[in-house]
Amino acid sequence: MTTTTRPHSDPTRPERRSGPPPKRRFKAGALTPWGFLAPFLGLFVLCFVLPILYAVHQSFVQVRRHGLFGELDRESVFAGFGNYARALDQDAFVDSIGRVLLFGIIQVPVMLGFALALALLLESASAKWPGFFRAMYFMPYGVPGVVATLLWGFLYVPGLSPIVDVAGLVGIELDPLGDGTVLWSIANIITWLFIGYNMLILIAQLKTIPSELYESARIDGAGPFQLARHVQLPLIRPALVLTTIFSIIGTLQLFAEPQILAGFTATIDSAYTPNMAAYNSAFTDNDYNVAAAQSVIVALTAFVLSFGFLWSVNRKDRQR
Amino acid sequence: MTTTKTPTGKGGPAGRSAGKGTATGAPLRSKILVTAILAVATCYFVLPVYWVFVAATKTTSDLFNTHGFLLGDTFALWGNIADVLTYHDGIFWRWTLNSVFYSVFGALLATLLAAAAGYALAKYDFRGRELVFGMVLGGVLVPAAATALPLYLLFSQIGLANTYWAVLLPSLISPFGLYLCRIYADASVPDSVIEAARLEGAGEGRIFFGLGLRMMAPALVTVFLFQLVGIWNNFFLPLVMLADEELYPITLGLVTWQSYQGRDIEMYMRVVTGSMLSVIPLIIAIIVLQRYWRGGMTAGAVKG
Repeated sequence: MTTTTRPHSDPTRPERRSGPPPKRRFKAGALTPWGFLAPFLGLFVLCFVLPILYAVHQSFVQVRRHGLFGELDRESVFAGFGNYARALDQDAFVDSIGRVLLFGIIQVPVMLGFALALALLLESASAKWPGFFRAMYFMPYGVPGVVATLLWGFLYVPGLSPIVDVAGLVGIELDPLGDGTVLWSIANIITWLFIGYNMLILIAQLKTIPSELYESARIDGAGPFQLARHVQLPLIRPALVLTTIFSIIGTLQLFAEPQILAGFTATIDSAYTPNMAAYNSAFTDNDYNVAAAQSVIVALTAFVLSFGFLWSVNRKDRQR
Repeated sequence: MTTTKTPTGKGGPAGRSAGKGTATGAPLRSKILVTAILAVATCYFVLPVYWVFVAATKTTSDLFNTHGFLLGDTFALWGNIADVLTYHDGIFWRWTLNSVFYSVFGALLATLLAAAAGYALAKYDFRGRELVFGMVLGGVLVPAAATALPLYLLFSQIGLANTYWAVLLPSLISPFGLYLCRIYADASVPDSVIEAARLEGAGEGRIFFGLGLRMMAPALVTVFLFQLVGIWNNFFLPLVMLADEELYPITLGLVTWQSYQGRDIEMYMRVVTGSMLSVIPLIIAIIVLQRYWRGGMTAGAVKG
């Protein structure tokens, strides 16, 4: 960067345009980019950085109350890992982590598998009306998770559900809200919502494959399956990695769908997912410190799993 | 990212469809098979939406007593809509307006902030640039729900909890938008144009607002749409932040109605009809604005 700006042409804030601008022949001063960044960064610090720091802080202190009902005085004392110990001591919270992990191991590959299959089919020469189908598959992304859960919820409730009716006609006893099935009913809602979104990301990357590659694969006599395996799949790996990471993070955050489905069935308790547990610690038990510890545990798990996944992907790459 | 100029000027998709054109000779059998699979998949995606449009035409007793996929005995759609819109002094209108306000206003400002920040990261060379970028992208990995609780505690200390600001302010930050804007500004705003504008004496702000924004427009539409849907669909943040029903967005309002279902059987039809009304605008937006939803979402991830 050239630093030959004269003193009087020091950067003004970008918004200010009053008066004839001094003749600047060279790159703007060092503060100009920060002027553009300031509004974004200010809010980023307020809404991302501070809350994270605050949560970490809260997770390491405990509030001590004095007086008979805690009305006299409150003080925060350092609690070490006490809140974490209390959080992990709740069986329901530990169970909820296990539950979302199980959910993720099954649901993420299934969803991405379907998204990939649809993307490949839509991009194949054999698909008719790809624009129409693409719009239909992506449509659920515009339906709020809340509304999707209400709709599927009505389709799950035994007295109301036409699906349960139809299945009953052919002799299948369906109970989508039962103890063992409700987790997979939630998985279905998430899959329905996000297949199209993931498919779109995959299609965007499929479209970057140069047509010469298709051409030469065809000349080599590759059928559609060989084409997918040896040309398309390796080239869209980055998009697959990206969608997997987004899905892992999304799975750990599960909240709205189980929370609302709990209104249809008693099989979902108040600590069904880690986020529901944290929400309840904060707003039902009024124990913000344990809630903060639980939030930090969720975030750390997301970090570990995302980076673990990235690491294993990169390691495989290097072995090739 | 390199901008390959295709003679058609339409970029990637045109190139592919040209390749596809030569392959229209795909055997008829595989065409029928593939299209049949795609059609079956469509049924899965349309099913719940079809159900809600059918259910919204029913009376409460038809809802429980007639088959879910078939029309009921009485066509009660208009009465149901009128009931939803007038119930509780027309609170549904209020929720709709709130949702529109949060999402349109929030997405507009978020796009502008992301554009300015992405432009700065792409077009200026300064110390700390990569640090800022890395930090913001790290923000993508932090579960939004993990920040919502502490944010509520912070906001309640400065008196922002339970106000419009509590939902609006966090919605103005789109790390994904910043990422996309940086990539796009890098590729589509040439340094030579900026230099030329500077030589003519244009200020930095003017160059950004006059030239940069216009050249980044396609990416900005994508950022705007994704942020719009993100805010419209958000549930956890308003749930944590808002106590006053008057400030609720539609999502939170519908869930409140659902929680009354156990006590008042009439609420079932209000939840069903309200759900139907709330999906209409975004479904239209998704289908009409289809071509903007693909604009190089992973363009940068390609080269890693």
